[in-house]
Amino acid sequence: MSPQALVCAVLRREFRRTARNQSEAGHPLIFFVLAVMLFPFALGPDTALLSVVAPGVIWVAALLAASFSVEGLFRSDFADGSLELMALSGAPLALVGLAKALAHWLVAGVPVLLLTLPLAVGLGLDPGVLAILMASLALGSGCMSLLGTSISALTVGLRGSGMLVALLILPLYIPLLIFGASATANAALGLSAAAELYFLAGLLVLALTLTPWATATALRIRLS
Amino acid sequence: MFDFLNKYASLMHFYRLSRRLSQWLAPLTAVLMCAGVVGGLWFAPTDYQQGDSFRIIYIHVPSAWMSLFVYMSMAGAAVSILVWRVKVAEIALRCSAPLGASFTFLALVTGSIWGKPMWGTWWVWDARLTSELILLFLYLGIMALQNAIEDRRVAARAAAVLTLIGVVNIPIIHYSVEWWSTLHQGPTVSKFDRPSIHLHMLIPLLLMSVGFTTFYISALMVRMRTEILRYDRKTNWVREIVTTHHGSPSSV
Repeated sequence: MSPQALVCAVLRREFRRTARNQSEAGHPLIFFVLAVMLFPFALGPDTALLSVVAPGVIWVAALLAASFSVEGLFRSDFADGSLELMALSGAPLALVGLAKALAHWLVAGVPVLLLTLPLAVGLGLDPGVLAILMASLALGSGCMSLLGTSISALTVGLRGSGMLVALLILPLYIPLLIFGASATANAALGLSAAAELYFLAGLLVLALTLTPWATATALRIRLS
Repeated sequence: MFDFLNKYASLMHFYRLSRRLSQWLAPLTAVLMCAGVVGGLWFAPTDYQQGDSFRIIYIHVPSAWMSLFVYMSMAGAAVSILVWRVKVAEIALRCSAPLGASFTFLALVTGSIWGKPMWGTWWVWDARLTSELILLFLYLGIMALQNAIEDRRVAARAAAVLTLIGVVNIPIIHYSVEWWSTLHQGPTVSKFDRPSIHLHMLIPLLLMSVGFTTFYISALMVRMRTEILRYDRKTNWVREIVTTHHGSPSSV
């Protein structure tokens, strides 16, 4: 099977799985909106304050949502044995991992991006800052999906893996949060956010090259 | 041949080697630490700026140094696990993580106690403090993963992957955190950049650093021996050791 065909097959499979089990894919999104929505209650309805904290709040909520949504990425494949078949088929597992991460980004990352728009408007975020927030989240969510796929592969099939994934992954997400938040902070001050966005893009490239191998190794360990 | 050696011989040999090593390391650690403590508390001169409270340096700096040293040795163990499947390295990785977490915790606590009189606050979101805190969470994550997987060999290999992911991330975390806190330029009373340190202050510090390192190794040896006995509990050599020590093999 050619690499493209393999990626397409995994993607198709993931889309079908999502379409047939919409609630599982929907819960992290609802959680994302809920988590952001809690802040106006905690800090008061003052839009001046909310627009200042909005980028950070949205970033943190996106990280938490990603750490929840990534957890089930391999669960059903592991439980019904299809993961083992993939490993036995001779297809490169790194490519399977990459396709899984891409699928996760499309199914869980992009909807978070889309939901960010109304949420940011609701929190009174400036359009210029919103553009930078979207750009940083787009780059950052790619990293989240890639790193998350590796950690999810490492913990697949363990009892109570949901909390474990969050525990393992959140420290690794901190650099993303730092660059994402400081990009929007710069934009809010009217400064250029290019440096932070380049850093995020660099991290994305790094994750793109390294995490598929980590995912493949992790899957092989979990299947041994 | 190599696999055979690896599987049947090395744990037993390592056990014996580590007993001999401990006989030397434990007294050496005691001597180094006593000398370091005495030198640090009595012979080192009082700092002209920080008074006597600087003396916590003799615990703080060695434990901060160990928090990184342990992680780096775990990374070395992780490579040998994933590349050569060395059983001893699996056990070393498992036993190192709690020690590393303890050193990191100690560094954070002593830093905080030191920060109160010096900076006037228990905690500042300074780059070094924050990356040390993140390091603690990396250690806790590795321990959590090891505890979650029942098969100890699988657990060791999974933890090895996580350790290596962490190694790639540590410099990224370190520099991003540094950049973050310089960007936000809080009330940084800044670090202790004395141009040079008095020789009478430095010698106890070096003694303590070496002492902490030998302490880590000897504590690791004790933990590893216990773990090896667990691993090989069904083999004859463990049975023999336990019988000669306790007289009843069934108690293992």
